Amino acid sequence: MIDGLSDSVPQNESGRPAHYTSLASIGLIVLSTVSGAAAQILLRFGADAIEGANLIGIITNVPLIGGYACLAMNVVLVVLAFRGGQLSILYPIVALTFVWVAILSPMYFRDVISISKIAGLTLIVAGVSFIGAGSRS
Amino acid sequence: MTTPASSILLVLAASLLGSIAMALLKVGADRQRRTQPPLRWLSAVAAGISLFLASSVLYVLGIKDGSLTILYPMVSTSYVWGLLWSRWFFDEPFNRNKIVGLTLVVAGVFFIGLSQG
Repeated sequence: MIDGLSDSVPQNESGRPAHYTSLASIGLIVLSTVSGAAAQILLRFGADAIEGANLIGIITNVPLIGGYACLAMNVVLVVLAFRGGQLSILYPIVALTFVWVAILSPMYFRDVISISKIAGLTLIVAGVSFIGAGSRS
Repeated sequence: MTTPASSILLVLAASLLGSIAMALLKVGADRQRRTQPPLRWLSAVAAGISLFLASSVLYVLGIKDGSLTILYPMVSTSYVWGLLWSRWFFDEPFNRNKIVGLTLVVAGVFFIGLSQG
C-alpha cells in the first residue's frame, strides 16, 4: 500500500501501520538499485584491471574500490528502506537492478542482449517478486 | 564474447557463499537480540563478514571473463539459497508464493545460462 491510505490499518510495534510502505522507502530502494547496478559496472572494470595477486595493484584499483563502495552504499540503502516498507512491494523494485545491468553492460562492454536473456530476466524478476510476496515483512 | 563455464561456476559459488554469510549475520543478530554473551554473537557476525569477503573475491574473479548480462543474473540464485536457509535454519515455512518464485528464478537462470554471448 502506498502513502495516504493508512486509515484503519493494523499498527505494528513501531506505531506505523503493519501493511504500509512509505514513499521514502520506495525512493531509497530505487536509489539502491542504481548504486547496485553502478557497482556491477565498476567491479567489471576493476576486474579487467586486475593482474595477478598483486595487493598494491588491488588497493589502488580505483574502479574496483569504487564498486565495493557502491555495494556498501547499496546495503545501507536497502537496510534503511526495509525499515519502512513491505517486502512484497520492495523486493520487485530490488529486482530492477537486473534490468539496469542488462541495459548498461552492452553500453560499456562487448556484451549483447538477446531474446533468451530477456526471457530469463523476466522470469527472474517475476520470481523475485513472488518471493517478496511470500515473505513476511 | 563467450562466457566460460568456469566464470559461471565462480559466480554461482560466490552467490552460495554470500547467502550463507547472510544467514550467519542473521544468527548473530538473533543471538544479540536474546542478549547472549558478546563472544557468541560476535563470532557468528565475524564468520558472516569473512564469508562475505570470500564471496566477493570469487565474484570479482568470476566476472573477469565473460558477459555481465549472463553472469550477474546468476546472483539471483542467492534468493533460492536464502529461502532454503530460512526454511531449514530459521523455521520460516514455505508457502505457495515462495515456491512459485523459487521455480521462476531457477527457470530464469536456466534460460540465461543457455544464452549465447
